[in-house]
Order: sequence, then structure tokens, then C-alpha cells
Amino acid sequence: MSQAVDEIKIGGIGASRKRVEDNRFIRGKGNYTDDIVLPGMLHMEILRSPLAHARIKSIDASKAWDIPGVHLVLTGEMMATRNLAWMPTLSYDTQAVLATDKVRFQGQEVACVIADDPYIAKDACEAIVVDYEPLPVIVNPMQAVAAGAPVIRDDKENQPDNVIYDWEVGDSAGTAHAFAAADLVSKLELHYPRSHPSPIECCGSIADFNRATSKLTVYMTTQAPHIIRAAVAMVAELPEHMIRIISPDIGGGFGNKVPVYPGYVCSILASILLERPVKWIEDKSGNLISTGFARDVYLKGEMALRRDGKILAVRMHTDADHGAFFSDAQPSKFKIGLMHSAFAAYDIPAAHLTARGTYSNKAPGGVAYRCSFRVTEAMFFQERMMQAAADDLGMDQAEFRRMNFVPDDAFPHRTPFGFLTDSGQYAKCLDVGLKAIDYENFRQQQEEARSRGRLLGLGISTMTEPLGAGNSREYDILGIKMFDSAELKVHMTGKAIVRTGARTQGQGHETTWAQIVAHELGIPAEDVVVEEGDTDTAPFGMGTYASRSTPVAGAAVAMVARKIRAKARKLAAHLLEVSEEDIEWELGRFYVRSAPDRGVTIQECAIAAYANMPDGMEPGLDATAYYDPPNLTWPFAVYIVTVEVDPQTGVWDVLNMVAVDDCGVRINPMIVEGQIMGGLTEAYAMSNMQFITFDADGNCVGANYMDYLLPTAWETPGFELHSEVVTPCPHHPIGAKGIGECAAVGGPAAFVNAVIDALSGTGVRNIDMPLLPDRVWEAMTYRRDISGAPPVRSDD
Amino acid sequence: MTMVYEDRGDDTAQDVPVRRIKFTINGDKKIAEVEPRLLLAHLIRYGLRLTGTHTGCDTTNCGACTVLVDGQAVKSCTMLAVQADGHEIQTVEGLATPSELHPLQEGFKEEHGLQCGFCTPGMMMAAKALLDRDLNPSEEDVRWALSGNLCRCTGYQNIVKSVLWAAEKLRSQAPAE
Repeated sequence: MSQAVDEIKIGGIGASRKRVEDNRFIRGKGNYTDDIVLPGMLHMEILRSPLAHARIKSIDASKAWDIPGVHLVLTGEMMATRNLAWMPTLSYDTQAVLATDKVRFQGQEVACVIADDPYIAKDACEAIVVDYEPLPVIVNPMQAVAAGAPVIRDDKENQPDNVIYDWEVGDSAGTAHAFAAADLVSKLELHYPRSHPSPIECCGSIADFNRATSKLTVYMTTQAPHIIRAAVAMVAELPEHMIRIISPDIGGGFGNKVPVYPGYVCSILASILLERPVKWIEDKSGNLISTGFARDVYLKGEMALRRDGKILAVRMHTDADHGAFFSDAQPSKFKIGLMHSAFAAYDIPAAHLTARGTYSNKAPGGVAYRCSFRVTEAMFFQERMMQAAADDLGMDQAEFRRMNFVPDDAFPHRTPFGFLTDSGQYAKCLDVGLKAIDYENFRQQQEEARSRGRLLGLGISTMTEPLGAGNSREYDILGIKMFDSAELKVHMTGKAIVRTGARTQGQGHETTWAQIVAHELGIPAEDVVVEEGDTDTAPFGMGTYASRSTPVAGAAVAMVARKIRAKARKLAAHLLEVSEEDIEWELGRFYVRSAPDRGVTIQECAIAAYANMPDGMEPGLDATAYYDPPNLTWPFAVYIVTVEVDPQTGVWDVLNMVAVDDCGVRINPMIVEGQIMGGLTEAYAMSNMQFITFDADGNCVGANYMDYLLPTAWETPGFELHSEVVTPCPHHPIGAKGIGECAAVGGPAAFVNAVIDALSGTGVRNIDMPLLPDRVWEAMTYRRDISGAPPVRSDD
Repeated sequence: MTMVYEDRGDDTAQDVPVRRIKFTINGDKKIAEVEPRLLLAHLIRYGLRLTGTHTGCDTTNCGACTVLVDGQAVKSCTMLAVQADGHEIQTVEGLATPSELHPLQEGFKEEHGLQCGFCTPGMMMAAKALLDRDLNPSEEDVRWALSGNLCRCTGYQNIVKSVLWAAEKLRSQAPAE
């Protein structure tokens, strides 16, 4: 007699199943792009511009060609003869592949050398002589719109200035009306500095064009292989079915591996010209100075308040520095991404956002670094503004938030900028966090410590993030709708393979997708293999970023498993010799309603699909599902940090950090906690040390790991995680919400708010991130904000 | 390693300097002919095809390329292959026996000490150098020993737990004194 299976025992939803992918990684048997060697493979290196803005007078590559072992030197001029000097971006702009007329940022790709080994290719790059004529440099939006500013994109028609877009959303008149009626208006202005996702593995590709078959295979570090296939088809004008993109193991992505980079294009062209595989592996400096940066947005805003603390309206303006080419990866409709998700967790009657984007002589390719299309900037401003407003009102930080939260019974709730949030228990999360940090007690300690000259601070940050783009009604990239897919094949012995259009980069899809199948079908997770990343075998998908894997591809896995279950039900009815209507399902087993002892397992149904199907039924047990989510998922979190600031040096230490994340149903609690801790660490990094800035000449300060500081095990504080609050997503098939990015999105403001809180009484309202000791020291010593432009150093 | 050069009718092939070195890697004795400028990391990855040793940063900051040289944790991107002449190298591939994982490998899996896996081999080798000299490290000892290795995924908390898990297992396996 068959029995239902125990979901946790078979590694279903809720099981902290150990990760499948670990088995190869702990043995050093991962298969990253640079680990792959193909017969006859050559190596490519890129020569980059040392200047931020200059006219190219001449390029002399003759000495490079003379070096033994050099097979090809590519320059912009040669690319232009094949119509490949420029490529379209994901934001309807163009980007130089190799510079022809000018270089427009430091680190821009100028030439490529393909040689027998990477050492020879590097030698040859150094042998190329480029004669530059320096031009005036722009490094921030203020300079970009100043009178007489040089026009950076003089390659474009109809581009008389450096403005890329002016965009607005919200209710201008209603907001103005609310401000006129306000008791108090609170204001804040800040800069979210430029950062870089900086996975430890840099970008790279191996292009392998086979003249005999006309097939182009590209192994590359991409989070979105199908999008890349489409992009290569467009850029290289190759037929899509003759392009195979393989994304092998990826050493971290965080958004950096979404865009198309010139190195990929050059390696493809080189392989086509040479008819040999060409490998390009970027060095760290190239990765940091030329690939998808993040943030670099100036935000200012004001909040209309009633005396009792009720928020009446919010007004925001953003100035985003997009670098030399507008090559952000984001949905077409939203020029500044999902910035207008700001204040979604608060019940605010009116809001208005204006946004302007400008060019500068800095690296292009703004990506959402561990966040969903710029919600990080939105949530950071939101929670910094909330703190400033509570301080202006003289209200308690927690109470001010609580009284303005969207209440639990108000869902679905239309946010002031038009999103529809669908679920949450915001006040409950806050309560859990306050209790965990021992809020009242800490406030007393803070008072006592202050009387002895010690500076303690507490920072609260909440966030609700629109995760899981799309739905297809509103979300597309270059017109391609943002749905996703899964394919499930159940073999005759009841083992299975599931493939999706997503691509794991550490999130553990190989483990969790199998858990979803186990949950839906009762097939043990260990009997399900997961495969992603090969466009010839995986169903079409939009890739992994914006925390969209579980909300979209994971939902597709559940839906395809339900298709399989529907067919298995027919097989079960056949095996049990009853009609389908008389069959019931429990995990792993169908049984006869009137005789529960009579049943068949899902495995018995699987063999029947191959060996004993009813007359007229299509044999086999496999299916594909495309999933177009009805809405985004809206996780919520409260992050609370306590810090101590050294009054002598401005150095600050984290005393405690509490994270309360409500991401709905957790598929694998161990993996979810791992994602949260990773996000919190990046939040700490951004608030404490990690940023990229530029001097007045456009030199990138942060071009290697000696200047671009990342926290190590030594600095990184410990985190206390709470999972008590679970509000399932009402529309997701298993009730899950995105989680990978929440902590990186909501975390930074908690750290900054804590330090500003420690300085209360000094009148300091803002210190721009990172809160380096010298900035904190300057703020508290001179009692002034450190806001606005990043430090622009000049040689004088 | 064999190098093939274009024959341009001159003496270019003879111009390429080559040194012969002898070393031991994961217990196997090897001889290699290398350019003097070749980095040890590249000898390991491209010459010996042991690709578990990763290169992440080129500036000795990230530690993904950490191996043991005569038992000391060394960032192999900052050592020349010729400097390994006469020395003993251990890489991640040498941690497990065919039948058994090293406790560090088990610990990283048990405590979810890795996500993308790229920094993991370097982390484990740096941790091995610690545990080889101290089977009873504190959390602070572990954090300090790993402070030359960067991870962007995990936030380190679980990496530290993984190393402590391995230390405990190694202690339980150590012969009683």
C-alpha cells in the first residue's frame, strides 16, 4: 500500500536542504568561464583609454602586429567597416564597442589583441601607440547641465546637450495642494554614491565560431543568456538559431553580468574572423572601471507633515549620472527604473517625482546592484527622509513609522506613485525588530552613555521592494516582455530534470527548484536534477536579476509541475480503473476517494506514461510552462542597527544588527538566510567603505581592490535574523516573494540612520555614504552636513 | 607546457626565456618549463589544469587564488612559478581523498558557507593553514585568518561557522593525548 510522503524528508518546501551545487564547488570542480579550454583557443586582451575624454588623433598598432604569437589586432576603425564600432544598449541608446572618434570615459575600450596566450596579448596591447588630444571632462550632473558644458555625445544627432531624459510620475497638483496645507515641511538632500557590484569573478567570454556548421557558441559570464542570444543576433546580424549562449558557473553577478559589454562583442568578431575559439577574461581593473556601475544618484526631496506626525505628501527629484552611454539595464517604460517605488510601505495621499538623467565622462552601464531597478536608491532616500522628518517633528523614530504604515487590512493598496502592493504585516515586523534590539532599554543606555561622553546611536530602516519583474503589461526590456519559463521532464523511473530560463549565480537554484518539484509532485528533491544557462536546451527566460527568479521562474517550476500532476492524475485513474473525478491527491500519491488504501505513487504514474498509458493518450510525462506573473511580489523588512561612534576619530562600530524579513513562504530557509546575510554585508559595505569616485580629470578612484574597499570577515559585523513574520504572496503559486536583494536595499539606511542618531544634538542631518571616519569627524566637529557632490579632487 | 610560435624566419622562438622548475603539487612530483614571469596561479590553472584555484583581482587582495606553499597560505597570483622551484604546493584539489571529504569541505556544505563558490577554494585553503597550526581557534582567530580573503555572497558569518565546524570535527578525530 502506497503512502503519502513527508515533505521535509523528501526535501520539499521548508526543508533546509544542503545545497546540491556545493558538491562540485567544495572540491574545486566548478566550471567557470575561465576554467574552460577549447582546442585551438586564442586569448584576447583589451587596451583601454587612460583619459576620461579625448579625441583620438591616431592609433598605431604596427608594433603589436610584429610581436610573435599575435593573431589579430582590432581597432574601432576595423570594427566600423563591419558596422560594429557601436552597438545598441538596453536603454535605446548606443555604446561604443571600440572607440573611433573619441574616448568618453577612463577605461573605455580602444583596441583588442588576440594572441596565443594572455601574456603575449598584454604585451601587444602595451605596444599599441594611441595619440590622444585631451578634452574638458564632466564628472557629475551639475557640470553636465552647466552653461557651456561640452556635449559628450556629439556622435548623436538631436543631442544638443548632456541631458538623456526628463521624466516625472505622480500627482503634481495634489502634492502642491498638500504642501500648502502642511503644518511642517521637512527637507533632505543627499548623494547615493557610485558603487560597483564587483563579483569576485570578473566578466569574460569564449566565442567559438565554427565555419563548417555556421554555428556560434559563446560561453560567457551572463545572468541572462537568452537576452544575450537575442542581442548577439541583432548586433552581429547572425541568425538566432545559429547562436548558442552557454552561461557556465558564475562567480557572483549582483547585476554586473546583465549587460552586453564590448569585450563579448570583440571576442565574437575575433572568433568569426580567425575561425578559432577566442577567450576574453577581464582583469579586475577592467571590471571596475568599465562595466556596469550602480547608483550615482543625487536625491532631494521634501515631506509635507501634519503636526501629529501624519505624512500628507512627498516630493522627490533625482539627478542620475549615467556615464558616457545610457546603457542601463532596466524596463523600457521606466527611465529611472523603479525609483517611484519609494514610500510604498507608507500611506501617503499624494506624491510627485521628477527625474533627470545626464551623461558624464564616467563608465556607462548603470545596473541595479543587488536590487530591482534602482529601488535601492528609492528605499535609501525614503528611510533617510523618514528619519529627518521624525527628528523635525520631535517624534520617536519607530512611532513615526508605525503611524504612517499601510495597515494590514488595507491591502491591496495603491502606492502614491501607482504600484499595487498586495500583502504585508508592517507593524508586526517593526515590533519584532524593536523587541529584538531591546529598544526602550537601548534608548536609556544611549542617554546614560551620552552623559559620559559616549556616542551611541540606533537606526531603523524599513523597505518594501517591488520584486519579480514583470508582469508583462508593464515590464519589458527592448520590447521583450518579462515573463519566465520552466520545462520539466519526468523519466520513466520517476526521476526528473527541470530547466528554467533563469541562471543561478550563487542563489542555489539547483537546490531550490528541485524542492518546488518535490513540493508539487512528491518526487524526492534528490531525484530531480536542475539545469540552466544553455540557450540550446533551456526554455526561454529573461534571466536572473531583480530578485525575479523565485517570483517568476520559480513560479513557472510550480506551474509546470502542476501540469505534470494533471497528466499523472489521468494515468492514475487509468491504473486504478476509476474515473478521474474519483481520484484524490496527497503528496506523492493519488488514491481512490472512496477507498483511500487504493493508490498509486507519482513514480508509478511515471512508468505508466511510458509503459502503460491509456488508449489515445500522448505518451511521455513532460511539459513546459510560461509564467507571466499577475503582479510584482512585495516583501517587507525592518532592519535595526545600533552603533557607537568614537568622538575622537569618527570611527563607528556596529553593536547589534537585527533583520526582520517577511518574504512570504521560504522554500529553503537556510538559503534564504544566506541571501539576507549577504545583502546585509553589502549594505554595511556601502554605508561604511565601498564607493567609486572620480577626480576632476575623470580618473577613477576605486579601480582596484586596493582603492575599492570591500569588507572582510574581520570588519563585517554579526547579524541577528528573524523569520517570525510570514505573509504569503497572494498571487504566487507557492506564496513566495523575492528575497535576494532586500537586505542590500533596505540595509544601508539603517546604518546611516544609526550614525546620524549618534550625532543627535549636533544638528547634523546628513552625511553621504560611505560614512568614512573623516566625514563623520568633520560633520560632528564642525556641526555641518556632508552632503551633495562627491569629493572631487583636483591637482591644484 | 609546450609553446608553439610563428616561424618568421628570425630567432624569435629562441628569444623566449624558459626556466625548468621542479615542485610537488598535491603530493605529485612535477617538472615544468616556464617563462620566468609566469605567475604561480597561472601555472596551476593553465599549466596543471587545476582550475579550482581561481584568480579574482590581480592585486593580492581577494585571496581566491590562495594555495599552501610548504604549508603556508600564499596568494598564488603574487608568487612567480619559478619561486615554487623545490617547494611543495597544496591546492583545493588536494583536500579530499577519493573516498572522503576534508572536514573543511564538509563544514562549508553543512553550514552554507558558500554561494557562488568562487572564493571558496581560497577560503578553505586559508582556513586549512589556520587549522593546521591551531585546532582550537576562536571566532576571532578565524575571522583574522580569513581577513585576506574576500567573499561577496555570504557575509562571512557562515564561512566562520564552517571553519569552526571543521575545527570541531578535526578535534574529535585527533588522537587523545
